[in-house]
Amino acid sequence: MSVMTPTSTPGGAAAGKPLWLRLSHWLTAVAVVLLTLSGWKIYNASPLFGFRFDRDFTIGGWLGGALLWHFAAMWLLMASFALYLVMNLVTGRGLTQFFPLSPAAVWRDLTAALRGRLVHDDSGRYNAVQKLAYLGVVLLLATAIVSGLVVWKSVQFPLLRALVGGYDSARIVHFAAMAGLVGFFIVHVVMVVLVPKSLRTMIRGH
Amino acid sequence: MKRPPAIPDRALLLADAERLLAPSTRRLFLGASLSLGGLSLLTGCTPGAGAAADGFLRGVSRWNDRVQAGLFDPNRLASTYPESMITRPFPFNAYYKEARVPHVDATDYRLEVGGLVADRHAWTLDELHALPQTDQVTRHICVEGWSAIGKWGGVRFATFLERIGADRTARFVGFKCSDDYYTSIDMPTALHAQTLLTLTYDGQRLPAKYGFPMKLRMPTKLGYKNPKHIRALFVTNTNPGGYWEDQGYNWFGGS
Repeated sequence: MSVMTPTSTPGGAAAGKPLWLRLSHWLTAVAVVLLTLSGWKIYNASPLFGFRFDRDFTIGGWLGGALLWHFAAMWLLMASFALYLVMNLVTGRGLTQFFPLSPAAVWRDLTAALRGRLVHDDSGRYNAVQKLAYLGVVLLLATAIVSGLVVWKSVQFPLLRALVGGYDSARIVHFAAMAGLVGFFIVHVVMVVLVPKSLRTMIRGH
Repeated sequence: MKRPPAIPDRALLLADAERLLAPSTRRLFLGASLSLGGLSLLTGCTPGAGAAADGFLRGVSRWNDRVQAGLFDPNRLASTYPESMITRPFPFNAYYKEARVPHVDATDYRLEVGGLVADRHAWTLDELHALPQTDQVTRHICVEGWSAIGKWGGVRFATFLERIGADRTARFVGFKCSDDYYTSIDMPTALHAQTLLTLTYDGQRLPAKYGFPMKLRMPTKLGYKNPKHIRALFVTNTNPGGYWEDQGYNWFGGS
């Protein structure tokens, strides 16, 4: 793989991942896996579409058990997501890591990546494709949380309910957010396999 | 993911079967459920760890009861809909098949009232019909996820509680039903303006399949919190639990 460094970062220290970032990453990962597998079981109780999930890929055993998992793991997700958002704002990392971000840069880095000419080494700064993907997953998590709150308490959150278009459409939005997160998860894990060093960085911080 | 043949009834039957299996398997549900190999690490492989996770999740569920009690706004009304939006036919739903719906005799029916109330006389249907009646077109949301819009009519439960001299500072109202179902609700929800002791469905005497002689209808709670075929209710400070709630459904069950 030839090297095309998107942006150079002076010094290795800035390249590290702070503890709060690693913590929120892994807590979010655990929460999303638990929520997805319990969510599939809940989906199976009344499928929105013409299929059901294989019960071997669900947790909870029955609807009530899956609901217990889902409404416990939701707190973990909300806590880790809040930690991520607040710390990105407080430290200013969000602004410097994700912006500027232009469609031209995304196109440049995406075509470079697909030709195997882009370094994906988490060495300091995100390339434009990473920026877009991580901003996208933040948006997906926010969508999953908001639509989930509406499915959970549609009467008590009238503004959020209006935002997602009512109770029944909240279920569809919630499903779509799940599908997007699962898609991200698959690509994300493939990229980690291709660039194993990134896993070490997300655990040790550097 | 499997793609079973698109026969809607099959999915419903499977869902019903899973729910029917629930009572006998509930003690095992965590241990038995983590069939994904790696996930068994989350709770360990021993029954003891499964029981600990079970206890933890039920503890979180009790915390969620408190959160929902805090979120519940006694003055916030659930959406109401035009009659043209009523779901027809309105789905039948219970822990048993429709063929097993109890048929209660209206003539010798009496609603028993007990617990922390001043007037414990049992009510005939005529007496209940003589109370001020109101109706609502609201959305029924099932814990399974589906929802349906229906029209229920009857007595505001707050009015009824007032008539029987209920201690409205008590915490719970419990219900016992002719189909052996039982459940209980919090007093703030019992006093909510849209909580109705319903005697009619869509302008007709409440059909047996929808809970004759009466159902407690709460658009602020999930379907399983809405008891049908009520034969007795009581006011208490001790949480009476419920048929599904005792098996693991969240007790508050708000929507």
